[in-house]
Amino acid sequence: MNNKSYENISSQLLFNSRGKRNISNRLLTLVAGTFAVISITPLILLIAYVLIKGGSQINLDLLILEPQPPGAGVNSAGGIGNAIIGTIIITIIASLISIPIGIGAGVYLAEYSKNGSFSKAIRFGTNVLSGIPSIIAGIVIYALIVVTKVIFGSTFSGIAGGMALSIIMLPIIIKTTDEGLKLVSDDLRRGALAIGASMYTTIMRITLPHAFKSISTGIVLGVARASGETAPLIFTALFSYYHISTFQDIFYEMSSLSVLIYNFALEPYKEQNELAWAASFILVILVLILNLISRLIGNTKPS
Amino acid sequence: MKTEQKNKFSLKLRPSYEKWMDKGFKNITTVMAATVAAVLITILVVVFFESREAINQYGINFIVTSDWDPINNKYGAFTAIYGTIVSSLAALIIAIPLGLGTAIFITEDFFPEKIRFVIGLMVELLAAIPSVVLGLWAIFVMEPFIRPFFNILHNYFGWLPLFSSEAVGPGLAPAIIILSIMILPIITSIARDSIEQVPSKLKEAAYGIGATRWCAIIYITIPAAISGITGGILLALGRAMGETMAVTMIIGNSNQFSLSLFSPGYTISSLLANQFGEADSIQVSSLMYAALILMIMTLIVNVMAQWLVKKLSLKY
Repeated sequence: MNNKSYENISSQLLFNSRGKRNISNRLLTLVAGTFAVISITPLILLIAYVLIKGGSQINLDLLILEPQPPGAGVNSAGGIGNAIIGTIIITIIASLISIPIGIGAGVYLAEYSKNGSFSKAIRFGTNVLSGIPSIIAGIVIYALIVVTKVIFGSTFSGIAGGMALSIIMLPIIIKTTDEGLKLVSDDLRRGALAIGASMYTTIMRITLPHAFKSISTGIVLGVARASGETAPLIFTALFSYYHISTFQDIFYEMSSLSVLIYNFALEPYKEQNELAWAASFILVILVLILNLISRLIGNTKPS
Repeated sequence: MKTEQKNKFSLKLRPSYEKWMDKGFKNITTVMAATVAAVLITILVVVFFESREAINQYGINFIVTSDWDPINNKYGAFTAIYGTIVSSLAALIIAIPLGLGTAIFITEDFFPEKIRFVIGLMVELLAAIPSVVLGLWAIFVMEPFIRPFFNILHNYFGWLPLFSSEAVGPGLAPAIIILSIMILPIITSIARDSIEQVPSKLKEAAYGIGATRWCAIIYITIPAAISGITGGILLALGRAMGETMAVTMIIGNSNQFSLSLFSPGYTISSLLANQFGEADSIQVSSLMYAALILMIMTLIVNVMAQWLVKKLSLKY
């Protein structure tokens, strides 16, 4: 009798693949796997479509020429040359504004602030700023810069577009600078201060170079984000069908890849739509390359 | 001898220019940090002041009516507010299980490390795709592909007000799909990060007392990572509410209120993107009022996200 009950228990201890818990276990694994497949399917479809449909149209003319206004092109809709240049210029303007301010603010938060209410408020403000919808950045710059014509009397301009994008980039750069500097070991800081370096020298020569990797990752990610943004540009940089020829042209309407895609996607003409696909090909490649660069920077070993 | 030693180790005072530079550097960084506050306050003030005229004129009526009549100067944003809330919540309902499932799938060792890494990388690259490109894809590829499925729903469940109209093109439902595609990577990557931070000891202890893999995930890992997961979900909600381009391109942009998901609608951000360019006087002010409402909504969601993360985070 004793023997029998032991047998009973030991048979329960064996792995029973038909047990309820094991069946539900397998089922849930299957569900999670299915979800993972569903999640990456749109990405694969999207990238494949953009690469095939957009990539098939890329040629030298398209990369250089100006686009034709809708309905005007008899055989071709022209090119996207001015939009490529415009995206680069607007992103550079945004970077020139947001990178110094972002790094400076990040340095203040990580090095000088002593967790007082001011720095808490700034950290909170950075988080809030990164959550503000990008279109709001666009309409605020429109109300402040475009309507009032404060910048040398220009209305819609590449400068205004760059300013709107810098609002998007700023919190990204502040956060990565702050977090990168926090990861620098305090021993290095104390060592530098102990041999008589000033705070300025410590930050410039010791902590900033050590955090270079994460800060540059943040900058690259910020640039990638800014170059793909459309909403801040549709009321600030507007759009232009022409190449820029002189430096003064940054005070006038400027085209960009993202606004070109938006405008031409909604046109009823097939040529324009195809130009939009070509522009998305360039934009997606640009953004993916920037993201991979930031990953490469993040993975390299510190010297 | 004594003087010699003194010379050797004499303390050198810092030159005045260095002190000046040190102080100046600190002040510059302080000013730059304050810039963030200044930018934020400027945004709030500009949107508030520009919308004052409409607030005075329409008051609370603006939120509950849905006229958009530039000729008679009657404006109401109910359709847009409804569209914003419905589209972002519905997108969240789709994206939470998908995102969480993917996050669990790439943190558990179902597959070799390399495959999981590739899936994780792909999800993160999806986050980097500009929304205007997603919108373009939605117009020309996704929406025509998915329309028959919507119509099947309409045929069988047409008696439900949600499916009461036929899907003929852009509308709320395709906007919801594209929004869920956009916020999925946010939920996945934040959930993955917080699941990875749960100490492996907790799970090993669960295995030790005989829990199956999914027992451990559901009762141990997810509760331990819940603060990060909820934070990620709320951030995704905020992002979905403010998302502009892809939604504007696919939602159909109509201020006609309709309960059906298949008919065209509006969100606040697409209302702004669509009308701001050609608006003047009171219409600008009304749009700014709508922007103010959108900002308050995203602000509440983001503040709640930060608060919840702090409140729920466990320390090990």
